[in-house]
Amino acid sequence: MSAAAPAPAGWHDCRDTFSKTVEALAEADPRIVTVVSDSVGSSKLVNFRKRWPERMVNVGIAEQTVVAVGAGLANGGKIPFVSAAACFLTARAMEQIKADIAYTNVNVKLIGQSSGVAYGELGPTHHSIEDMAWLRLLNNLTLIVPSDPWETEQAIRAAAALDGPVFIRVSRMPVPDLKRSNAKFEIGKAETLRDGDDLAIIANGVMVHRALAAAEALAADGIAARVINMSTVNPLDEATILAAAKTGAVVTVEEHSVRGGLGGAVAEVLATHDPVPMRILGFPGFLPTGSADWLLEHFHLNAAGIADAARQVLTRK
Amino acid sequence: MTFPASAELRNDPVALIRDKALWIRRRSFQMVYEAQLGHPGGDFSAADVLATLYFGVLRHDPADPRNPGRDRFVMSKGHCTGAFYAVLAAAGFFPEAQLSTYMQPLSMLNGHPNRNYLPGVETNTGPLGHGLPVSVGIAIAGQIDNADFRTFVLTGDGELQEGSNWEAALTAGHRKLENLTLIIDRNRLQQGARTEETASLDPLDDKWRAFGWHVEMVDGHDHRALYEVLSASPKGRGKPLCVIANTFKGKGVSFMHDNVAWHHGVPNKEQYEQAMRELA
Repeated sequence: MSAAAPAPAGWHDCRDTFSKTVEALAEADPRIVTVVSDSVGSSKLVNFRKRWPERMVNVGIAEQTVVAVGAGLANGGKIPFVSAAACFLTARAMEQIKADIAYTNVNVKLIGQSSGVAYGELGPTHHSIEDMAWLRLLNNLTLIVPSDPWETEQAIRAAAALDGPVFIRVSRMPVPDLKRSNAKFEIGKAETLRDGDDLAIIANGVMVHRALAAAEALAADGIAARVINMSTVNPLDEATILAAAKTGAVVTVEEHSVRGGLGGAVAEVLATHDPVPMRILGFPGFLPTGSADWLLEHFHLNAAGIADAARQVLTRK
Repeated sequence: MTFPASAELRNDPVALIRDKALWIRRRSFQMVYEAQLGHPGGDFSAADVLATLYFGVLRHDPADPRNPGRDRFVMSKGHCTGAFYAVLAAAGFFPEAQLSTYMQPLSMLNGHPNRNYLPGVETNTGPLGHGLPVSVGIAIAGQIDNADFRTFVLTGDGELQEGSNWEAALTAGHRKLENLTLIIDRNRLQQGARTEETASLDPLDDKWRAFGWHVEMVDGHDHRALYEVLSASPKGRGKPLCVIANTFKGKGVSFMHDNVAWHHGVPNKEQYEQAMRELA
């Protein structure tokens, strides 16, 4: 839908990983069902529908109902994966997510598809750059923002295995496979992808590979930046954040508003326990017209912009 | 799967339901009087429906409240916890003595029901327009599994002004959820005024029929009529059932009857004593 430039060869749309993984889970566990609000194609669930038509519940264009029906299916013993565009799933159905899912504490997996600015030119109604802020403060609701296909698969599998509510933010924006020396996913545990003691860059989702590229550029200047993938936003890995503060400077990077999201979460921890100079990188709010790629470049959410912010925050150490 | 049935029930269900409905009114009004909080008008309009469900219709086992084969009841009008908690205690889900903690600090008996505090609660309600959509999901789970449990949900009538109900009504009609029964507590009063003066609902029966539901209208204080319509087998109906229970807010107490002031009015000592004399 977004007229973005073609992705580099070998990069991936994590929605494909979502559908492949949920099909693999459904083969093994008859309790797995999918719930959609006319969002079959946009969730890449056409093949799931072909294989298990009786295990896909399509409620039509009705986000309040898609979430509530998910809660009901869990009550009836199912493990529902409720999949819809993140912008509508959250903003339209926040009270259902709060009351029916998080407060009732039911075994429902919410999949926020095409999150962030993936819908680009379609504008702020279709961007989902508020969801981390809205969701991370709901008790019981595990919130995961995976960075690449491997982590997306791990997150989906971990969500299915967890008896409780989970929201997973899945981007359609192409990302590369991240290199991991010790690949291990655990809900609530941040992943240090690169060591460094001059400052820490904490990112999640599609910003992680950009943060790694920024660290590479900083290394050329003799600056050793630690890169932390904070894919679980709730519960938050406070120990890793406090260890990062020991470097003396922190930059957070998210495909989200600068207000209340990952940066806000990290700032709460630092302000409470160990304040250090910090920059929060993200979007300022409702955005002008532009493709997803253009918006990321325009707001300096790229390797150069992250590296510049790192150099700036180092001057305040 | 078998569920325990009371010996009294087998003898004369309607007499038992009548006794329990009176007990629910008296006990819930005592709770509201002691807490000086609550929604007694709606407790009284719903008391007969609740007594009928729990003492004549639902297959449930208080000793095994999450048995997968249980009939589900969802209290969508979650503010009427006086009557709801009273009927759960009467049915044996928790000790009656616990009712005296209603809305006290740290009580399991919050102003709105919480599934994680109390056995017998299926989903946390309070904001209106949530019970029916969740109940549709429960009924779909039963439909997928071809299970024989039934799902019942009680909404207020003013609550139907929430659009989420009509989204869910579409899905229930589309999927022909015959295992789902919606009961509307049609007392014609919402918090501040009559429904028909606020955002009118009539013709309410036609609305549900247009959404693909089978509609029954009953006197919501007639135990036999409620028992007959709610206990009838849904097999072969091919549609979800909407029971419009015509009721009165404050039913059972003269000065509360059909009086909007008792939506969340609470009694003083004199009013409490008079109500208890009338609810004898």
